[in-house]
Amino acid sequence: MSSTAILQVTPEQALIAELVPAGARVLDLGCGNGALLDYLQQVKGCSGYGVEIDDDKLLVCAGRGVNVLQLNLEDGLALFEDRSFDVVLQLQTLQHLRNTEKMLLETARVGRIGIVSFPNFAHWPNRWSVLRGRMPVTRTLPYEWYDTPNIRVGTHADFEVLARRNGLNILDSFGLQAGRAVRRWPNLLASVAVFSFEGGV
Amino acid sequence: MRFADGLPLRSGASLAGYELVYETYGELNAARSNAVLVCHALNASHHVAGTHEDASRSEGWWDNLIGPGKPLDTRQFFVICVNNLGSCFGSTGPTHVNPDTGRRWGADFPVVTVEDWVDAQARLLDRLGIAKLAAVLGGSLGGMQALSWTLRHPDRVGECIAVATAPNLSAQNIAFNEVARRAIITDPDFHGGHYDAHGVLPKRGLRVARMIGHITYLSDDSMEAKFGRSLRNASGAGRGAELAYSTQDIEFQIESYLRHQGDKFSEYFDANTYLLITRALDYFDPALAFGGDLSAAFAAARGKRFLVVSFTTDWRFSPARSREIVKALVDNRIDVSYAEIAAPHGHDAFLLEDPRYHGVLRASFERIAAELTR
Repeated sequence: MSSTAILQVTPEQALIAELVPAGARVLDLGCGNGALLDYLQQVKGCSGYGVEIDDDKLLVCAGRGVNVLQLNLEDGLALFEDRSFDVVLQLQTLQHLRNTEKMLLETARVGRIGIVSFPNFAHWPNRWSVLRGRMPVTRTLPYEWYDTPNIRVGTHADFEVLARRNGLNILDSFGLQAGRAVRRWPNLLASVAVFSFEGGV
Repeated sequence: MRFADGLPLRSGASLAGYELVYETYGELNAARSNAVLVCHALNASHHVAGTHEDASRSEGWWDNLIGPGKPLDTRQFFVICVNNLGSCFGSTGPTHVNPDTGRRWGADFPVVTVEDWVDAQARLLDRLGIAKLAAVLGGSLGGMQALSWTLRHPDRVGECIAVATAPNLSAQNIAFNEVARRAIITDPDFHGGHYDAHGVLPKRGLRVARMIGHITYLSDDSMEAKFGRSLRNASGAGRGAELAYSTQDIEFQIESYLRHQGDKFSEYFDANTYLLITRALDYFDPALAFGGDLSAAFAAARGKRFLVVSFTTDWRFSPARSREIVKALVDNRIDVSYAEIAAPHGHDAFLLEDPRYHGVLRASFERIAAELTR
């Protein structure tokens, strides 16, 4: 079981898993098929819950023994008490939510550390596409402008501004490109932005 | 199965000498570790799955879920369902003779609670030599019993699967129960619950009670889809239906349906049992002893694993009530998964076959079975 679980996480997920302390209590918002949570449980001795709205993904989680709660993130995180988790993960979900800023604050409220990732709209091929007058369609942003589920498009640099405005303390940030961490000019050179932060007060 | 020792009840009373009837399915393994207890709801019995040999149309009430190859697979698990005390399907209840008086218990049958039922079930498991259940499963009132198992006998449960249930009844829920009870009690044939001595049955009251209950088990949408405003005397082709302009005759199909359900129910269900079981629902409230703090109540269930399931259109035991249970478990860092199934059928959905609902249960039981053999 544990060996297959290791195979199932993507290089991006493995890089993010490195940010999670061993034995941490984890809440994974938008946990998908539960692969990362399964990996964190088996490899790093973590525990906790995933939140997922999709029926089919829920089924995969239930089968692999990952705790999964079928909740709509747009309804907020009222189910969870302040600082009840060591780490709250919000990977590739923030861009789908209407209330992005509120969700970010909820993440900071519930977790000691928040880790988010989202498509970086300022990645150079996206800039190039817009310069040519067209919205980008790439591996990370595979949708056309009229059917994209990404209702919030932001950049690595934008998030820094939003985090500062909300008094969040950024602990670490880097980009992800082709399964590798990008620490030099991530706003230009990476298709995905990753931030680890803690609540201000 | 006969129990000679008195069962102390929550009310302070004690039930001396009682009988529990039950059914089992599948085989208990050598380690005695694969038992799953299924708890029944208001008007159901211990006949949860399969069919009785000499009777047609005798499928168990959860036969779509339990059996060989089904989500709760009886090739893997030893499934037990116990008829609860106070019922009218075989276990000691108001229709039985009170040994102290030589007459039927009737209205004198002691008030029983969810906790009393759970304790009686635990005694039955003792007799069967089952120290620990792989899982306890129940829907609605059965879900309350499943939850109660993890609080009263936490060491004897591996996993708890609670479907379409609530941590207690809302005022609206109690109100529906009270209307049903008043319908029965004010039936002139009720005679203070001793109708048996008068050779009558309060069938009118039972019919109305069942009609009210039935409305609350269905969603507005499912009732609309099934009946809408269609008339009983639809003339088919041409101009449609003829109205009778009567205040007392059946005009709409929904009326016909409810009356039919009421008639059927009043033929086989006991009125005193209906009063007892709705009261058990009303009284269930594990948070009461903790000043209303459900999280404090569920501290006793630490180390267990839960699956909580609700249905979006269930307004009798709404998803919000299930989320209260989930929150209490999360507050205690208890392993829990929660499925909120988008089903159109209201509270009744827990008895129906829905691929998402049954899929989650199947995945969970397959995992439990795999962990048993590990």
